[in-house]
Amino acid sequence: MTLRPLTLFAGLYLLVLYAPIVLLPLFAFNEGTVIAFPLQGFTTEWFGALLDTPALHEATLNSLIIAMSTAVFATTLGLFAARAATRYRFPLKGGIVGFIMLPLVLPEVIVAISLLVVLMQVGINPGTWTIILGHTLICTPFSIAILQGSFSNMDKSLEEAAIDLGETPLSTFRLVTLPLVMPGIIASMLICFTISLDEFIIAFFLSGNEPTLPVYLWGQLRFPARLPIIMALGTILVVLSIGLLVIAEAMRRRGLRRAGLEDTGGFL
Amino acid sequence: MTNAPIITLNAVEKYYGEYHALRGISAEIGRGEFFSLLGPSGCGKTTLLRAIAGFEDISNGHILLDGRDMEGVPPNKRPTNLVFQSYAIFPHLTVVENVGFGLRKSGLSVAEKRAAVAEALDMVGLADFGGRAAHALSGGQRQRVALARALILKPKVLLLDEPLSALDKKMREQMQSELRRLQRQVGITFILVTHDQEEALIMSDRIAVMFEGGIAQLADPQTLYRRPASRTVAEFIGMMNFLPAKVTTSGGGAVAQVPGLGAVHLAADQIPQGVPSGGAEIGVRPESLTVLYDGQPAPEFGADGQVTEVTYYGDMTYYDVLLDGAPRPVSVSMRNMLGRPVLDRGARARLAWDPRAMVLFPVAQTRP
Repeated sequence: MTLRPLTLFAGLYLLVLYAPIVLLPLFAFNEGTVIAFPLQGFTTEWFGALLDTPALHEATLNSLIIAMSTAVFATTLGLFAARAATRYRFPLKGGIVGFIMLPLVLPEVIVAISLLVVLMQVGINPGTWTIILGHTLICTPFSIAILQGSFSNMDKSLEEAAIDLGETPLSTFRLVTLPLVMPGIIASMLICFTISLDEFIIAFFLSGNEPTLPVYLWGQLRFPARLPIIMALGTILVVLSIGLLVIAEAMRRRGLRRAGLEDTGGFL
Repeated sequence: MTNAPIITLNAVEKYYGEYHALRGISAEIGRGEFFSLLGPSGCGKTTLLRAIAGFEDISNGHILLDGRDMEGVPPNKRPTNLVFQSYAIFPHLTVVENVGFGLRKSGLSVAEKRAAVAEALDMVGLADFGGRAAHALSGGQRQRVALARALILKPKVLLLDEPLSALDKKMREQMQSELRRLQRQVGITFILVTHDQEEALIMSDRIAVMFEGGIAQLADPQTLYRRPASRTVAEFIGMMNFLPAKVTTSGGGAVAQVPGLGAVHLAADQIPQGVPSGGAEIGVRPESLTVLYDGQPAPEFGADGQVTEVTYYGDMTYYDVLLDGAPRPVSVSMRNMLGRPVLDRGARARLAWDPRAMVLFPVAQTRP
């Protein structure tokens, strides 16, 4: 195989993209406290130190609560919106769906600042619930995108068939619609969970005195001695995120198989 | 009551915004009848079927099912079941779960349900397929599951939306005869939507031919084929030759002067739209014209012409014959038989016909 310029470019691109992430576990297991080569020997000390930091545990708990709540809320909203968008025709549908999807491309810092201003005006203090609100806002478009795929893959006459066979619209949703879009729902929840867990800007603006994990991490950067611990934490987060996304994608593909459909390119 | 129609359609209208999908449909469908809605795509046949099932609200008129006005009655409360074009087999359930789906609220015991499902599967010839996953079925098997699932509820009317269009030719022919057998066996009224005129002729007791939201003709297959009510119907069902004619009224019927054929006497039933005052065309199907061979006695009605095209189908041969004096050739179909040679292109041929097999239409006609 000859090394053509474009192959070289692609290789370089991947290197720049992933080298920093590879450095994360490298220094997480490094004995030295300074983030620099040469490496000084293997240790799991930094992972142990994670266990002895109560503030970190609190931040982790906050992040998990926020991520799980966001996953549930965003997916619930996404479920309704996606079904409406794929099944019904109504006035201004294009505009309404467009505006719901807009946070996908809206700068998060704008969303964060405007949310903060509004919440302050209304008199709600920043905290866990306000972060959930912000995260639901940015995660719902992702959920809609995933679930729209699930719904448009589903033959509309399946729901009609259930009604024709005597079921009410509600029991049809439970017996037919829900089981068939379930893989999409799980995929959506996993992706929303991951996005929320990693999200920094909104969490930073709206966290008040209840930092999430990314916000806590950012705060720790001021202390050079704690850098290896952050590396250890980062390693765990990367593994967790990749794991969740892989499960989400597997769910999406399983849904396609179940419906007996061709894979037309997914979210990942 | 037993002779009262199971379905009465009374001036049914449907608008989608400005679009007039159903234009005053009135018809009565009898108990135990195999009824077909036949027409090209976009003629409103599926809309009408879905209106009967309850999936479309009608804008005007009435649909009576077993004497009861169906206005405001949702699909799950109507005594109809629909076999969808895509079959709509629930992919997450097994065959047994699919067929038994409608029994959920029937109040039957588990054993009774199991017996009913087994009986329904047996009826459609799928007795051994109960445990299969729905996505592991072939097209023909899906079709049967959809039928069993609908028939298990013993509906008063079974609605079928182009149920055979997704099957290959051989499977389709097999399912056609099977559907007819099934319909006779259960005695339920079947309403079939199809765009395939042959399918409609083969299967139906009566056929409603629909164009542009209206019924152009409602008749049994033989009447429909032999006495089409308009040129549009005649062209949609089978093949028909049309030759220009000059018409004069004669008693209850008419005499048509047709270049190539001579004078043709027509009775009133051969002139469905009345004796045309302007230009007229006479219609005759290819199999109603016969090529005479040497030695056959001279016919009462016959004329000479030249073979301009020969198309050999194995069992049949189609000839284009330009009759002397006719403006264009007519198509003639002949069954190939022992001792009956296939004519060559350019050969002279003598045609014979029976004027009773002809119909007369006005030329410049608007669709009914």
